[in-house]
Amino acid sequence: MTAAEGRGLERRIVTPEGIPLRIELARAGDRAGGFLLDLLIQFVLIGALVLLTWASTGWEDGWGLAFVFLAIFLVRSFYFIWFEIRWQGRTPGKRVVGTRVMDAAGGPLRSEAVVVRNLMREVEVWLPVTFLFAPHIVWPDAPGWARLLFSLWAFVFLLMPIFNRSRLRVGDMVAGTMVVVAPRAVLLPDLGATVSEATYEFTAEQLSVYGIYELQVLEDLLRRTDPGRGDAFAAVEKQIRRKIRFEGEVKTERFLRDFYQALRAHLERRMLLGKRKKDKHSH
Amino acid sequence: MRGGPGGEGGGLKSTRFRKEREGVWRELERLVERAEKSGVRSLPAELVARLPLLYRATLSSLSVARAISLDRNLVDYLESLCARAYFCVYGTTRPLGHAVSGFFGSRFPAAVRRYRWHMAMALLFLLLGTLVGHVLVARDPDWYYVFVGEEMAGGRDPAATTEFLREGLFDGGDRSTARLGAFASFLFTHNARIGMLAFALGFVAGIPVYLLLFSTGLMLGAFGALYASRGLGVELWGWLLPHGVTELLAVVLCGGAGLMLAQALVFPGRHTRLRNLAIKGREAGVIVLGAVAMLLVAGLIEGFFRQLVQDQVVRYLVATTSFVLWGFYFARVGREAQR
Repeated sequence: MTAAEGRGLERRIVTPEGIPLRIELARAGDRAGGFLLDLLIQFVLIGALVLLTWASTGWEDGWGLAFVFLAIFLVRSFYFIWFEIRWQGRTPGKRVVGTRVMDAAGGPLRSEAVVVRNLMREVEVWLPVTFLFAPHIVWPDAPGWARLLFSLWAFVFLLMPIFNRSRLRVGDMVAGTMVVVAPRAVLLPDLGATVSEATYEFTAEQLSVYGIYELQVLEDLLRRTDPGRGDAFAAVEKQIRRKIRFEGEVKTERFLRDFYQALRAHLERRMLLGKRKKDKHSH
Repeated sequence: MRGGPGGEGGGLKSTRFRKEREGVWRELERLVERAEKSGVRSLPAELVARLPLLYRATLSSLSVARAISLDRNLVDYLESLCARAYFCVYGTTRPLGHAVSGFFGSRFPAAVRRYRWHMAMALLFLLLGTLVGHVLVARDPDWYYVFVGEEMAGGRDPAATTEFLREGLFDGGDRSTARLGAFASFLFTHNARIGMLAFALGFVAGIPVYLLLFSTGLMLGAFGALYASRGLGVELWGWLLPHGVTELLAVVLCGGAGLMLAQALVFPGRHTRLRNLAIKGREAGVIVLGAVAMLLVAGLIEGFFRQLVQDQVVRYLVATTSFVLWGFYFARVGREAQR
């Protein structure tokens, strides 16, 4: 079980080819960070545009003003849409925090889905924020009860991702998308590839003690590179030898590697016959 | 039985499997890395053609690995590589130009046609509001103050003189075109945001959409009644309709799109609520995007044309033309492409 599975942040999608893939949902902090970054970029962009226009035409000329109005509108409304369509569901902010948008059902990410999820932001974020800080713009002279109701509603919208298991914001619900961690795994050397002949050999009985779960814990251990790995090796070696009743003195790392290979060969053979031994408790 | 890894000649089956296929995976990994860095479209044609091949080969490797290999790092790696390649293969990749022409040439009008009853419903509410506003204000001018906010009215209320009202309809002749550009741009951005809001509010079961449409209608009706009472009815509509046909149509489309969301939420039909919302939401999004483009047109007409052209006949001519054009557009355009 991976860490993401433990927090219920894992989803399975089925690609159009019919192969299920595990996908990890993005965490709230990453999403908020990406959003703030994108916001910052938008501000800088607009600021630069305004300054440039001001420097080149001044406000006397109405065209400059027209351009600025239009530019602000375009940046505000289409920044996310443009990037998410061009970069397959990523924006500069999302790239930095390592998240991306995808179709929740596993199909292609369609441009209308991108458009919709970003249009919804108008109600989800900007309306509540405007109302909180400048209520007179949204609803002049709102009575107290209305203000309270509206704030409540705004809050529900803002915090929607916390209320559902898939961490969907309203825009994701309407567009049928979700935000996931951009996958990034590195292929490490194969621990099963033999460098030399095995030093230690094990009987079938000794190999039938452990299951797949233990094998993969051992894999993680053998792949460790931190300085504390020596102590961990020694402890695990002792534990295994006691459990499988392996007599005699051994060289710790050599023993663990040989045991890993033998166990993997044993379990993979059984898997081919349709028997998956999940862990040491199952048969 | 001895369980040594060398026992079956050539090591583990999963190790041999990895050795055979690793070249393909590495090639795909390099390709995906390039595509992620600078976009799929920046790849040369032969690599673009190779991408799906490598992707499918790696996917099949993943299924095999799941069946025969207990090397977790290997399975994790393949899974993540497949997901990354999947994003490249199934991400949005159509060139923007094609997407735009396809959008206005068929998808947008087709979506409006498909949901014509939602649009009709939205239009009905707008007209209903206009009628109610008109009748109420015609009977008792005091209603006017209820329907039209002070800021919106800008002095154009029952207390104003007829002269003042007439001037409002024919002003702006002396403004410079550049100022009008700023004005048009402002109008467009303002209206576009209202339109998007009308759509997005549909998520709250549609009630705000009805209110928005109805209250817009009330305002229109109130204006109409006020000007009609001073014998300026024809002039008012000549002032409103050249851009109003396009603008109100766009507002109706946004409202209708909002109603689609509301319906998906309240009456989910065969699918679950969430699934249905996702299906309808995308189609509604097509309509809203088209409506925003319409509002751009309306803003240009409103900002320039209305201020520059004072002639009654030309104003009505433009209003009629735009009505006919939009009617033709939504009734006919893109029908062939659909079949």
